[in-house]
Amino acid sequence: MIELKNVSKVFESGEKQVTAVQDVNLTVEKGDIYGVIGFSGAGKSTLLRCVNLLEKPTTGKVVVNGRDLTAISSTKLREARKKISMVFQHFNLLESKKVYDNIAFPLRLAGEDKPTIKNRVDQLLEFVGLSEQAEKYPDQLSGGQKQRVGIARALATSPDILLCDEATSALDPQTTASILELLKRINREYKITILIITHEMQVIRDVCQKVAVMENGKIIEQGSIFDVFSNPQTKTAQNFVSSVMNDRIPKSILHLLENDSRHIYRVTFVGDSTGYPLLSQVAKRFHVEVNVLHGQITELQDIPFGNLIIELQGKEDEIRRAQLYINQSVQLQEVLADAN
Amino acid sequence: MQINWDTFWLEILQATADTFIMVGAALLFAGIIGLPLGIAVVVTRPGHLLENKYIFNILNPIINIFRSVPFIILLVAIIPFTRFVVGTSIGTTAAIVPLIIYAAPYIGRLVENSLLEIDPGVIEAAESMGATPNQIIFRVLVPEALSSLVLNFTIATIGLVGASAMAGVVGGGGLGDLAIAYGYQRFETEVMIVTVVLLVIIVQSIQSIGNRLSHIIRRR
Repeated sequence: MIELKNVSKVFESGEKQVTAVQDVNLTVEKGDIYGVIGFSGAGKSTLLRCVNLLEKPTTGKVVVNGRDLTAISSTKLREARKKISMVFQHFNLLESKKVYDNIAFPLRLAGEDKPTIKNRVDQLLEFVGLSEQAEKYPDQLSGGQKQRVGIARALATSPDILLCDEATSALDPQTTASILELLKRINREYKITILIITHEMQVIRDVCQKVAVMENGKIIEQGSIFDVFSNPQTKTAQNFVSSVMNDRIPKSILHLLENDSRHIYRVTFVGDSTGYPLLSQVAKRFHVEVNVLHGQITELQDIPFGNLIIELQGKEDEIRRAQLYINQSVQLQEVLADAN
Repeated sequence: MQINWDTFWLEILQATADTFIMVGAALLFAGIIGLPLGIAVVVTRPGHLLENKYIFNILNPIINIFRSVPFIILLVAIIPFTRFVVGTSIGTTAAIVPLIIYAAPYIGRLVENSLLEIDPGVIEAAESMGATPNQIIFRVLVPEALSSLVLNFTIATIGLVGASAMAGVVGGGGLGDLAIAYGYQRFETEVMIVTVVLLVIIVQSIQSIGNRLSHIIRRR
């Protein structure tokens, strides 16, 4: 659906050259909700704008729906953009136009006739839950409502792709949750591929199926949500995961480790294994005591994802056997004193 | 000298009409030139819709040059041009030409200011929808800036009322000319007071109408 091939973007300001995006390769499959996360200044906003060529890549190809957008005329590009909609952090609504006219705007640009527009706009107002607000102006709406208008406007031309530029970053947590829910519904009901950029890991956790981590203009890590959340490779990715997973080992536990006879492990498990009483089995089968010290179970794409810190107490060989047993079904890692 | 007020009111009436004709005509034509000029200076600047170094770097100083020349000098300096355009270099019609030349670049600047107030994000949003530069100018920039444009045109109109006072130099007539000719040059203080009061009322009314109109457009 979206393929970025060796995309780089260099900005020139006078003598200085700033590389915002460097040699990025990214593939978003049809129907995906794909998230790109990074701190501000990582280049993710520029990367997103390379997809619809609001920023023209300095080098590389942007292939959308099998067509290389960097190689087509500006007229064809404008046509292609009607199928690649965008939602913005600050909504970017027309302040002089009512909610209805804001949503109708892309349809009017495309030269649709009045009954078609009326039909489509009414349907979209209903979909985003703003039928009552059609005659209001944007400055009479709350942030969440404005973003719903922005989303309805983006959907007006029945796009294949929705690009979300920090779409929830200006909203409070509750509103964020409802907007994310709306994005999921759009993905499900309209089969629209969504590419989200954000600096909030919780957005990635709540809606995305795949994630790429961006730093200094490069993608430093990418994969499925499960892979990245259960086993982040880079320091930056680990930090992002920690920000929502609460998977850092507390100081009190690290203190326990100073007494080196203690055996403390991190257990991570996904999906089915959450339903299986593994730890009580271990306690019954082996001569060990199992002590849960710290942990959290959350949901990733409606599947439970757990992260527990446990201690095994008992004889060395019993512990080793228990360890092997646990490792058969879930991931087990010994926590060392120098870990953090 | 005693003023004959019975006939003098007629003169004031005539002068008021002249002022309205001069300001109205000049505003119309200066607007026709100034609006596209302002739009052009905005959209051809670096990084904008129709970025064009050459057009921008020509228009920008031209506006500054015309805005630097004092109106009284402009009025006289372009007499040959005025004669070429309207066939005469004296009278109300002749005063309109320099007023247009004076006001057009001024309006251009004011339009530029209004358009630059618009959030670039809104323009970006329209671009992301596949809008053409023309569509962005006439369906986004101008409507979004309309309320501010109206206020700026109000300023330009009042500026024209002021400038039209100097039209007497080319026999243009108008209230300002009357104030200068009778009140200032002949020490007929009453005449001066009457004309100045009228000018104050006209300027106040223009400002009120402009404010009201801008308010209606902004509908708050």
